[in-house]
Amino acid sequence: MKYNWNWGILWQTSIDGQNTWIMMLIHGLGWTLFAALCAGVIALLLGSVIGVVRTTDHKWLVRLGNAYVELFRNIPLLVQLFLWFFVIPELLPKAFGSAIKQMPPPWGSFVPAVIGLGLFTAARVAEQVRAGIQSLPRGQRMAGTALGLTQAQTYRHVLLPMAFRIIMPPLTSETMNLIKNTSVALTIGLVELTAAARSMQEFTFQVFEAFTAATVIYIIVNLVVVNLLRWLEKSVAVPGFIGPAAVGGGGH
Amino acid sequence: MGSFDFDVIARSLGYLFREGMVFTLTLTALAAVGGIVFGTLLAMMRLSSFKWLSLAATGYVNLMRSIPLLLVIFWFYFLVPYIGAWLTGAARPIHVGAFASSVITFTMFEAAYYSEIMRAGIQSIPRGQVWAGYALGLNYWQTMGTVVLPQAFRNMIPILLTQTIILFQDTSLVYVLSITDFLGAASKVAQRDSRLVEMYLFAALVYFIVSFGLSLLVKRLQQKIAIVR
Repeated sequence: MKYNWNWGILWQTSIDGQNTWIMMLIHGLGWTLFAALCAGVIALLLGSVIGVVRTTDHKWLVRLGNAYVELFRNIPLLVQLFLWFFVIPELLPKAFGSAIKQMPPPWGSFVPAVIGLGLFTAARVAEQVRAGIQSLPRGQRMAGTALGLTQAQTYRHVLLPMAFRIIMPPLTSETMNLIKNTSVALTIGLVELTAAARSMQEFTFQVFEAFTAATVIYIIVNLVVVNLLRWLEKSVAVPGFIGPAAVGGGGH
Repeated sequence: MGSFDFDVIARSLGYLFREGMVFTLTLTALAAVGGIVFGTLLAMMRLSSFKWLSLAATGYVNLMRSIPLLLVIFWFYFLVPYIGAWLTGAARPIHVGAFASSVITFTMFEAAYYSEIMRAGIQSIPRGQVWAGYALGLNYWQTMGTVVLPQAFRNMIPILLTQTIILFQDTSLVYVLSITDFLGAASKVAQRDSRLVEMYLFAALVYFIVSFGLSLLVKRLQQKIAIVR
């Protein structure tokens, strides 16, 4: 068994003739983070709305929210991305659909990837937000009502500030999941970090250098993001409260 | 939507399910069993009082959990032939089939996630039970095997099953190795007949029905167990 290690490959010029391979990987990392950031904004906004709606007493809104979560949780992410990339443009009015298909690279795959990742992650955020709100003592909502706050005001000033602090730890792991999940977008042509490592492997045959480099980059990102969010969690913590460990649940 | 072709689905049903779904379900089942066994061992290692054993397990779990499954799939696809050669003493990387490669990948990857579940399960058993086991003269393996693990496992069944539903969805990622799992089969038909809309919508529907149905079953099981305890 022999494998010829050649770490120097990382500093050799890559297939594009200008940048080194390591720069290409870092370029891929840029797309990973940018896609994760855009999808994260969608997921946080939409997920919060759906999560809140599921804790109100509007029966059909709750049902709608539950349906959203079940729908997006029970279809594999890869299939969802295929739907956004291949299927949705076909179902839209013709002019609109072909305008989407003719978006220049990498936007042609970036936009569907961000939409798909965002809506997929929103379902998971919604689940956390709901659990966070429901973990608060019932008295808090009643106190809000007793003070004469409207329902919207109760959420804005009483329930959500606590709920979001409580769900910081699970949201941290959702953030990591989102960053890792952007790799699925390579199947619709987005050259993010994993795809960059894959193309380095294909062109140089230095399989393990390429994958090791990508693995190390992912671990560094992991450490940075986790510590950043932990710091955020600490700096917004309300003194005297220890956030109970909110719902775990599986997932990657 | 007017040109929606149901016939392409009907024509390929046999191929989709007999080839694709059988592969997907076999892979899910084998990886779930392997992952739970290996994950339980990892959890026991993590909770072990031998420091290096616990460090090794922690390192493995954290590594697996910080990189994307797709990268793990690529890693193992290329690594397994080398490991095989190393194990058998062969001079060149041995040939490992796509199926064996994906079973190994998913077992090793999911083991990290299952181990976290099993660790929580083991830690949920009061320490007194372990001491009681030792006081009765049982050794470590007997205490674990007859006292702790049966309860830990039973308490965690709903979460283990939920993770297995996620595993079922994750197996679709073997698509990147051009394997004919359920999604791979759907995608092959889609490309051959240029019927992407129909095939991918149908694939989504099937995945949804299976995952949603299973998650309803898990929920019911959870209620049942909750009453028993």
